[in-house]
Amino acid sequence: MSEQDFNHIRIIVAKPGLDGHDRGAKVVARALRDAGFEVIYTGLRQTPEMIVNTALQEDADAIGLSLLSGAHMTIFPRIRSLMDEQGLDDVLLFGGGIISQEDADTLHDDYSVNGIFGPGTSLDTIIQFVKDEMGRRGKL
Amino acid sequence: MRWAVVGNSDNLAQRLLNGDKRALARALSKVERGAMEGQQLVAELFPASGNAHIIGVTGSPGTGKSTLVNALIRHWRSQGKRVGVVAVDPSSPYSGGAVLGDRIRMSEHTNDAGVFIRSMASRGTLGGLSRATGDAVTLLDAAGYDLILVETVGAGQSEVEIAKEAQTTVVVEVPGLGDDVQAIKAGLMEIADVFAVNKADHPRAQQTALGLRMMLDIANHAYLWKPPIVKTIATRGEGVDKLAEAIEQHRQFLAESGQLAQRQRKRASDELFRVLRRELFRQLRERVGDDYEAAVARIAAREQDPYSAARELLERPES
Ligand SMILES: Nc1nc2c(ncn2[C@@H]2O[C@H](COP(=O)(O)OP(=O)(O)OP(=O)(O)O)[C@@H](O)[C@H]2O)c(=O)[nH]1
Ligand SMILES: [Mg+2]
Repeated sequence: MSEQDFNHIRIIVAKPGLDGHDRGAKVVARALRDAGFEVIYTGLRQTPEMIVNTALQEDADAIGLSLLSGAHMTIFPRIRSLMDEQGLDDVLLFGGGIISQEDADTLHDDYSVNGIFGPGTSLDTIIQFVKDEMGRRGKL
Repeated sequence: MRWAVVGNSDNLAQRLLNGDKRALARALSKVERGAMEGQQLVAELFPASGNAHIIGVTGSPGTGKSTLVNALIRHWRSQGKRVGVVAVDPSSPYSGGAVLGDRIRMSEHTNDAGVFIRSMASRGTLGGLSRATGDAVTLLDAAGYDLILVETVGAGQSEVEIAKEAQTTVVVEVPGLGDDVQAIKAGLMEIADVFAVNKADHPRAQQTALGLRMMLDIANHAYLWKPPIVKTIATRGEGVDKLAEAIEQHRQFLAESGQLAQRQRKRASDELFRVLRRELFRQLRERVGDDYEAAVARIAAREQDPYSAARELLERPES
């Protein structure tokens, strides 16, 4: 009809660290858009502070990180602690990169990183994961 | 000046006025959604707004609007001003989703407590977008930002609609487009209070600026304000102080010439019209129920003309 009143889900896609390119992050961002999500794309070289401040200003429902640098065991915990400080406890935190099962378990158990996706994960898997998590939060 | 808030949206409005960014972010989502809760927030915060200078930044895709906004933020921050930004990108007409990328160019201000940047997708309709940006500006204004920049992609009607919300509209052109008289959209000429010829590191920048000047001189004979044309290199911050100065001069002109009051009246009139149109339609739609769809079907089948159908719906007695 005229104006839609439904709840749009907003996802930050960020690439922390100094390394490399953001091709992977862009592909994920576009796939999320095509699944109907509003993606706020922050680009390269984002510090944990920048990512959390962006999530706060954008009132994001989720933060997805693309990590290649191997710094995941410092970056995820840092982001989680900043999220706690800012009271962003309802925001989904997930990411992709080359992360061992052991690290993924630690991130999940100790820092509530709910989804870790290795290289080769299909985009459909990631989208379904986000949908499920949003559903659990009553946002979809 | 601080305002106390009557009424209660979870005290969101009061927290917003106290400078709580999380509350501002939440409130922006609510007004963007356009539901009753958002309307209530605007009602509560409206008395605290009206102090900011609202600046629209528009132009064709890729002309450097976001980079220019970034440089303007830097300029005003160095003067201690607080700056709010609403950056609008189009939604995908297929999925309703969007990739909002304007922030990429504004990263350096993400951690600055005196800056608040919000990305917005155009979502459904044009009318919806200008309502959402207008309400978002009201909230940022109430939150105490001195300058509020609204970035929109120049794509026909949308920037004209949004220009109505702004006090000063900056149209961004780039060399190679502007020299061709045909390329400057008529709509953009009319809404521009200031022109930025960005990417002035390009050799044709001077020609573009001259071409624009000539067009403006032909078009604007009797106008009180002659839109200045400022060459900028946004990536290096060059010319940005001049651009900020032109924007400030325009604000002074508005205030001294009495045009500010005139524009504000026009804006108020547009806003009231928009809200009434939406509400009246909603009320009518509720009252007539399925008869609306039935009327649509009759018109589509050419059994009835739209004027008679509308009159019947309007004259239908309350049930
Ligand atoms: N050479 C040159 N490049 C510039 C200048 N300003 C911006 N750019 C580049 O132009 C490209 C687009 O810049 P943006 O600021 O994203 O442009 P925009 O108008 O906001 O783009 P959309 O929001 O996508 O319409 C980027 O690669 C910038 O680095 C400039 O003054 N000179
Ligand atoms: Mg932009």
